[in-house]
Amino acid sequence: MITLRPGRIATLLTALVALFLLMPLIAVVPVSFTSRRYLSLPDGNYSLRHYAALIEDPAWLRSILTSVQVGVIASALAVILAAAFCIGIWMLRPRLAGLMTGFVLLPMVAPPVVSSLTLYFFLTKLTQWNDIIAYDKLGGVVLAHTVMIVPYAVVVIMVSLSQIDRRMDLAAQSMGAAVPTRIFGVILPNIRFGLLGAFFLCFLLSWDEIGVTLFVTSVETITLPRRMWMGLRDNVDPSIAALSVLLIGVVTLLVVLRAAMLMRKEARAR
Amino acid sequence: MRAHLFLTCPVLLFLGCSYLLPFLGIMQLSFTDPDPGLAQYSHVLSDPLTQGVIWRTLRICTIVTVVSVAAAYVITLLWVRGRPMVRSITELCIMIPFWISVLSRAFGWLSMLSNRGLLNTWLKDMGLIETSLQMTRNEFAVIVGMSHYLIPFAVFPLATAMRNVDERVLIAADGMGASRLRIFWQAFLPMTASGIIGATLLVFVFSIGFFVTPALLGGGQSVLIAELIYLWIFQIPQWGMAAAMSVILMIAVGGILVLLMRRYGEMAK
Repeated sequence: MITLRPGRIATLLTALVALFLLMPLIAVVPVSFTSRRYLSLPDGNYSLRHYAALIEDPAWLRSILTSVQVGVIASALAVILAAAFCIGIWMLRPRLAGLMTGFVLLPMVAPPVVSSLTLYFFLTKLTQWNDIIAYDKLGGVVLAHTVMIVPYAVVVIMVSLSQIDRRMDLAAQSMGAAVPTRIFGVILPNIRFGLLGAFFLCFLLSWDEIGVTLFVTSVETITLPRRMWMGLRDNVDPSIAALSVLLIGVVTLLVVLRAAMLMRKEARAR
Repeated sequence: MRAHLFLTCPVLLFLGCSYLLPFLGIMQLSFTDPDPGLAQYSHVLSDPLTQGVIWRTLRICTIVTVVSVAAAYVITLLWVRGRPMVRSITELCIMIPFWISVLSRAFGWLSMLSNRGLLNTWLKDMGLIETSLQMTRNEFAVIVGMSHYLIPFAVFPLATAMRNVDERVLIAADGMGASRLRIFWQAFLPMTASGIIGATLLVFVFSIGFFVTPALLGGGQSVLIAELIYLWIFQIPQWGMAAAMSVILMIAVGGILVLLMRRYGEMAK
């Protein structure tokens, strides 16, 4: 029970911080309706040309498709690898579990630029051997994204596994279930929401990934963030504003919906 | 040998081949390209231009860390201890920016701060300024953009610490007639110290390897370590230098993370 509520000063300061957090997201909206070809506010003339450009220029759609492809494949790979790893650790509890987990989490804690350089170095080496998993190829981007998101999948699935009652697995084992039966019949069905959550988080991370993608792509495989980067770097392209408005709208909708759902659940629980 | 130990192998092999080995390759480059030995390291650490970048990075990251943790502390306070309605609103203010892509957020700051952006237009309309203020392509924009990105990350460790505060201590302080300011300063703040330290280290680690926001909002005028590494690879190829800088960065971040884990290890006991 919280007795002392934050006072007026704290509320005022929080309002300022909230304004700071939301202002740039709102500022994008008027910019997206400008009739000019550069970043500016509409001076009386509102125009939808930048939204039209998103639809008319096939490059944007191509990039969206590339991002979805990379995201789905990389997330599926990451979830499978992570699930196998976590289940192995959970069933056996080997002595080196801490060290192994630490190693798997490495790409998550290392500075992104170091990971980027490392993966760029690796993919340029691979390019000498094959042209599927290579620099500036879909396979190469998938590999790089999988490395970067696998730690997050491991964290989510570990949490999910820690909530299973071990006695269920022990019961299955004592009644003679073999390892595959225990995994597919007992453990996996119990962590299905964890797997789904891991996949969702991985997809989002891959969808937004830019640091590593910048290093391992150039002109052939262009994900959506990569194309946005190209439109932001030199001359700022207001199409980015139109796209940002759409992306911000979707995120806001999802976050608000989730909050509303949680509130309804709480109200029902009462 | 039990069969299910093999389950852990695929990911270990995968990361071993595509992360650990190439990183060792980078380390090797840092000692061999172009000169064998420690030449790259001594060059990175003694060259005035690189030194400037390192100092600028440390300065900006320190400012960003202080700003982010302070701002996050305030908003977390209301998120954890506010009334239910206030809590929901602050939660949205934290979560919406958190899930939005770093590029959209950087673009948002460009829309706010650039010459024809929102702030300059407003200030001109109000007659406060004649010509546009230069607010992008400098350190100010980098600090603003990075803080904006990192505040939500600082919120989570702070929220954990604030939820663990023993309410009875506050009630006792209140009962003995301490003022609200004194309760906050002498009871609440010290009890959340672990969260402040955790948030500080976390934000600092994140900020030091940061690339996208500084590159977009700094406009090449205030290059940080991460952007320097990018330039050394794609503009003026100097693999050895980039590799040496990466190794230094990795060691620095590793050191901070060990500190962080010790800290939380102690608390867990």
